[in-house]
Amino acid sequence: MLPQLESHMHQLEIATTQEALLDNPEMVLNMGPQHPSTHGVLRVILKLDGETVMDLDCDIGFLHRGMEKIAENRQYPMIAPYWDRLDYIAAVSNGLVWVETVEQVMGLDVPARAHYLRTILTELNRIASHLLWLATHALDIGAVTVLLWALREREEILKIFERQFGARLTCHAWRIGGLPNDAYEGFDSDVRRFVNNFPKRLDEYETVLSENRIWLSRTVGIGIISADEAVAIGLSGPSLRGSGVAWDIRKSRPYAAYADMVFDIPLGENGDTFDRYLVRLEEMRQSRRIIQQAIDKLPDGPVSAKLPKVIKPPAGDYYHSIEGPKGEIGCYLVSDGSAQPYRVRVRPPSLINLQALRQMCIGHLVADVVAIIGTLDIVLGEIDR
Amino acid sequence: MSLVKVQKPDFIQKLKRFFLFDLLKGLGLTLKYNIGAATDKDSVAGKGIYTEQYPKVRPDVAPRFHGAPRLNMDPETHDTLCIACNLCALACPEDCIDVLAMDVEVVVAGKPRRKKVLDEFIFDTSRCMFCALCQEACPTSCLELTQDFELATYSRAGFVWNREMLEQGRETVKYTS
Repeated sequence: MLPQLESHMHQLEIATTQEALLDNPEMVLNMGPQHPSTHGVLRVILKLDGETVMDLDCDIGFLHRGMEKIAENRQYPMIAPYWDRLDYIAAVSNGLVWVETVEQVMGLDVPARAHYLRTILTELNRIASHLLWLATHALDIGAVTVLLWALREREEILKIFERQFGARLTCHAWRIGGLPNDAYEGFDSDVRRFVNNFPKRLDEYETVLSENRIWLSRTVGIGIISADEAVAIGLSGPSLRGSGVAWDIRKSRPYAAYADMVFDIPLGENGDTFDRYLVRLEEMRQSRRIIQQAIDKLPDGPVSAKLPKVIKPPAGDYYHSIEGPKGEIGCYLVSDGSAQPYRVRVRPPSLINLQALRQMCIGHLVADVVAIIGTLDIVLGEIDR
Repeated sequence: MSLVKVQKPDFIQKLKRFFLFDLLKGLGLTLKYNIGAATDKDSVAGKGIYTEQYPKVRPDVAPRFHGAPRLNMDPETHDTLCIACNLCALACPEDCIDVLAMDVEVVVAGKPRRKKVLDEFIFDTSRCMFCALCQEACPTSCLELTQDFELATYSRAGFVWNREMLEQGRETVKYTS
């Protein structure tokens, strides 16, 4: 037996001696790190009684790359590409945290057009992230058709990203002060075509899933977390709103051009997997609404602020956060006044949302663990950093 | 705004469930896709095909695509545009660029001067993350990330590109059907 596994078993109070094993009906199941349904390299150690989960423990850190330490040895503009590699599904949103933090610390005056383009592109990224979540979540539960359909729509968004930023996944979308390039020729028509086609596609997903008896029996009442528990753990994003807590940083501390946009915050009631599914689907509709408004009101003008030659923020501690697709993604920056940060700390939504896994899983079956990991929408690149 | 709580099914819903209405609705939609694939206007090839036929059909990547690096030359004189200023190497977060310069004697307005010119340019594509910061730092539009995206080689040493490779580009195998 691996010594590491033994220590985990000790932690979970699982019998390791032979005599105790004979008396004890509980067994330990090691799920991952190479399990396809853990969405990366997450290892879950389950304590089971028959098929019922009695307790579990997560083992993380398989994808640790030391990004926060790397950032201490890079100049401010060079750190942005590393942020893309945290939550690689939502690289555009992640990049925005970093550049907005530095911009606010420096007091840069970012042009309105840059703010609007940022709003459009981060919302497109939110849709892309939710589509990949829907695809993999449905696939884990057994609905394969949605995977193909959702990835088809995501492809349209990735094509827009490729034309705009030059890369599909890790876009390095923003520079401190604005955007590296203005919107490409045909950006407007590409975004409008996507916005017009998208509701029809969303309805199709709903046709296949929302009333499907298999989907309902796999999601309704599974992984319930109450509003109080969710707040106590520190959940954010759709996982929190599924429990009925109206907390959205786009509304409470508007950044980019969100203050000018009209949109609703969808809320769940029961805090189960099905509610979080409904919340995310509704969020995609609201994102589409925001994109529609932003593209209609897109102002003309420059896309980048005037920058000093070397970016040296004044010494001090700063925190800034935005509403990423997974939840609140924040950046805590300690500057000592030099061209390199003293410390960069990421507030990763996935890591904190993962803390709810134990509470959600206890009492459910092993098969439901897969559904609950899916509904939390975790990305291991961000958990391990 | 609040979403509706899942209700207990009433009689009509129970009847619908009995006759597999929810499942048949989903199956009907997938059947529609199978039949309608031939006339799907949204698809890439127009025949319900959304997949790209790589490597037989090479995709057209966007003009801004960040692919293999290239050192541009003056189209008329074929001299390199690089002035060995080292700005790209300074901008690179991964430190994968080495610019080696040398001094040459040139005669400017009848007087001998020393001028810094490019000797060798090393670009380690294995460590590059294609962030394009070097391309933005270049004052003469010499270093450019191109649309070439096939960078695989058989050895680690093959990822380190020298000046000749950066200027001429790599040969890629073309597959045809």
